[in-house]
Amino acid sequence: MMQIEFILNGRKVSAAIEADDSLYSVLRALGMYSVKCGCETTNCGLCTVHMDGKAVLSCSVPAARCEGHEITTLEGMQEEAARLGACLAGEGAEQCGFCAPGLMMNVFQLARENPHATDAQIDAFLAGNLCRCSGYVSQRRAIRRYLSMMEVQG
Amino acid sequence: MMDERKRRTIGGVGDPVPKKDAPALLSGKPVYVEDIAPRDCLCVKLMHSPHAHAMIEDIDVSRAVKAPGVHCVLTYKDVPSCRFTQAGQTYPEFSPYDRLILDRHLRCVGDPVAIVAAETERQALAAIRLIRVSYSVLPAILDAEQALDHSVLIHPEENWKALVPECGADNRRNLIAAGEDKEGDVEAELEACDIVIDRTYSTQANQQCMMETFRTYSKIDAYGRLEIVSSTQVPFHVRRIVATALDIPKSRVRVVKPRIGGGFGAKQTAVCEVYPAIVTLKTGRAAMIVYTREESMTLSSPRHAMRMHVRLGAMKDGTIRAIDMHTLSNSGAYGEHGPTTVGLSGHKSIPLYTHNMKAFRFAWHTVYTNTMSAGAYRGYGATQGLFAVESAVNELAHELDMDPSVLREKNIVRQGERMPAYYGETADSCAVDRCIARAKEMIGWEQKYPARMMENGHIRGVGMALAMQGSGISGVDTGAVMIRLGDDGMYNMSIGATDMGTGCDTILAQMAAQSLECPVDNITVHGVDTDTSPYDCGSYASSTTYVTGMAVVKTCEELRKKIMRVGAQLLGCTEDDVLFEGDCVQKADGSERIALAKIAEMHMLAGYEDISACVSSGSPVSPPPFMCGCAEVDVDPMTGEVQVVDYAAVVDCGTVINPNLASRQTEGGILQGIGMALYERPSMDHLGRTVSNSFLQYKIPARIDAPSIRVEFEPSYEPSGPFGAKSIGEIVINTPSPAIADAVYHACGVRIRDLPITSEKVLMGERE
Repeated sequence: MMQIEFILNGRKVSAAIEADDSLYSVLRALGMYSVKCGCETTNCGLCTVHMDGKAVLSCSVPAARCEGHEITTLEGMQEEAARLGACLAGEGAEQCGFCAPGLMMNVFQLARENPHATDAQIDAFLAGNLCRCSGYVSQRRAIRRYLSMMEVQG
Repeated sequence: MMDERKRRTIGGVGDPVPKKDAPALLSGKPVYVEDIAPRDCLCVKLMHSPHAHAMIEDIDVSRAVKAPGVHCVLTYKDVPSCRFTQAGQTYPEFSPYDRLILDRHLRCVGDPVAIVAAETERQALAAIRLIRVSYSVLPAILDAEQALDHSVLIHPEENWKALVPECGADNRRNLIAAGEDKEGDVEAELEACDIVIDRTYSTQANQQCMMETFRTYSKIDAYGRLEIVSSTQVPFHVRRIVATALDIPKSRVRVVKPRIGGGFGAKQTAVCEVYPAIVTLKTGRAAMIVYTREESMTLSSPRHAMRMHVRLGAMKDGTIRAIDMHTLSNSGAYGEHGPTTVGLSGHKSIPLYTHNMKAFRFAWHTVYTNTMSAGAYRGYGATQGLFAVESAVNELAHELDMDPSVLREKNIVRQGERMPAYYGETADSCAVDRCIARAKEMIGWEQKYPARMMENGHIRGVGMALAMQGSGISGVDTGAVMIRLGDDGMYNMSIGATDMGTGCDTILAQMAAQSLECPVDNITVHGVDTDTSPYDCGSYASSTTYVTGMAVVKTCEELRKKIMRVGAQLLGCTEDDVLFEGDCVQKADGSERIALAKIAEMHMLAGYEDISACVSSGSPVSPPPFMCGCAEVDVDPMTGEVQVVDYAAVVDCGTVINPNLASRQTEGGILQGIGMALYERPSMDHLGRTVSNSFLQYKIPARIDAPSIRVEFEPSYEPSGPFGAKSIGEIVINTPSPAIADAVYHACGVRIRDLPITSEKVLMGERE
């Protein structure tokens, strides 16, 4: 067992961890239930969170590496979630919703890196966020709408 | 009057309203099984068989039970001896009772050998490593073609039981089902035909790959009953299955379904519920099992792999006179959904070509093998059968040198026609002709058929397929709905149907809003808790919109009468003298009215009747939705790589209740179908071990694989459905495989009859 401290959604937290615990399991233990797991092989994107403002797969980040870092989950981005969520819900694109938090965290990253992304760029950037329900095309439309909305708001 | 009604109804039938649970799902709220489980749940893990077929000779758990944190280690010696099926079907199930919670006889790689429950996952896994087992390995049957009457018996046990012997099950022959359905003299008709297409097709055991794997927690509630919270499509069936497996009264079990992270049929089988349940019974502790993706890929409930032999007889002018089809289905180690899925392979493919049909014969066998047990997957056998029949129709078109769309137009079932191969039901609502016409326009069939050469040397071909499905299981499926008038004149609707992300909570509320002439926001929906929800067989067989939807309509009719009765009492007149106006009840002459909110308030006082209604509904028929799908594919002749560049789909699901959600179902189903057609290849080694045990090997479509998918509706009006609706959930996965196979043929002349259509197969085909 070891003790780590990090910033979770703007607040300092500490956690007792095993050396091989993943950030994913620590976040769940801390009640960050938006963070989901869909595979064990870093393929699905469901566990995406931000580490120091960059999207990472929390299942493959050792918790021990988070000491002193800033971790953000969807729980910490509720205003942005409401805006993007409205675009997705308007299309019915969330369907079962299980992949939504991870997808949304990666869309926020996309919005920062490439706010004028084309459809092909959206697809490529989010290729690691799997969804089995929607067929993706409605999510693509929703994300495009979200990006242009963000652009208008400057 | 109608305009007034329309004004009062907001978000009713036909409106693209957002899903009722969207705000919770899109803000990451804890609403799924694992999020709401008690924090002190024991972690349940399974020890899996390394052998495809073996007997446990000896099992030593003495070190495991003493390991840190371990509360319970169970082996076959610790479980009840009554056999059951995990299939979520109405009792008496067609699926044989062939399972124990743990069995000494192991029938596939992954079959559970022991159940371990510990404080943490780490401790449970460590304890499993301390269990010593000696196996006597038996010869395994891995090939379905070899299974029937093999000298090796997979279920020799005496207490194996088929509840419905008419389905032809015989464990002494490794047989789960056998049968035949026919009309007319198919041999004589084939003899008289100018041309007979005689081909064999095969489809693979696809994984549903819902993003949330199988998971369940259980605990003993305040009344000493077993409470099970599970990610399931079939809460009421789970109640019965778990009680049967544990040999306890069904009344001692309560099953709750929270939000579900996708199902696609996988969760129509109680894959994991019994494991935490028995741990809770033995220890008194809350217990949870969460399948890893690997477990979900290796010990779950995939599609039945089928081999279909089709003989399709036609005249030179293209009239299809006879279809003879035989399906061999591989149910794996256990019989879940084995007898029923195989039936759909013929009953939901052959009827498409009823118009000129003189005779048909459909025969089937479903067998046991030492592979993972199969189950229900969207399409449920129709997907497999339609790959065969639609491919055969496409092959017929080429033999006749005829446009496959024209061939279809000649032969498709018309509205009003009796379909002998569809249990003799009549197509009371059918717009498949309009679906074909519109899909051709959308894809640009006239310009693009059959193929065109691109500047980069690639070739683009187009292909078409039709599909049908059912709407619930006729005469069996039933759903009830309970609606109560509550404070402020709002309604509480309680359902037993299970929203698994499809949006049924929302579309059923839309129907209620339409019937009760109110905004959809005035209807709150609750489901499912087997203690409080009205009975519903569950969400499968494309039943919810059609079957439970009709229950909504009937319940609302009853409720309106009660509201009018109490309203009349308050207005001091008889119920014949009042009108229901949505937000009020008023005297027919318009002189006086009383607000719905006031009625709600008053009926909570002594002296008034309760204003609630609960009506169930089932249907003697299962009206098929129809659709046409057209694929345009791009083939690189140098590599054999196939990419779908455009997909146009037109669906007749009757009245569309929510165009957004119906389109999402269609787009999602089509992309799953594209995955089945091109990428998803379950593979097993020579010892029966599933090699495709993660998303690294089992490739589901990612965003970059998704073509433009364009969906439109050509609604017919189904007289027996709610507001004219039929079903949408399953049919949508059926067209991609045959449409893409024919598009590939048009592009490069290679005919693939065994899925998936990999680059290797296309390239090797080109070289022949």
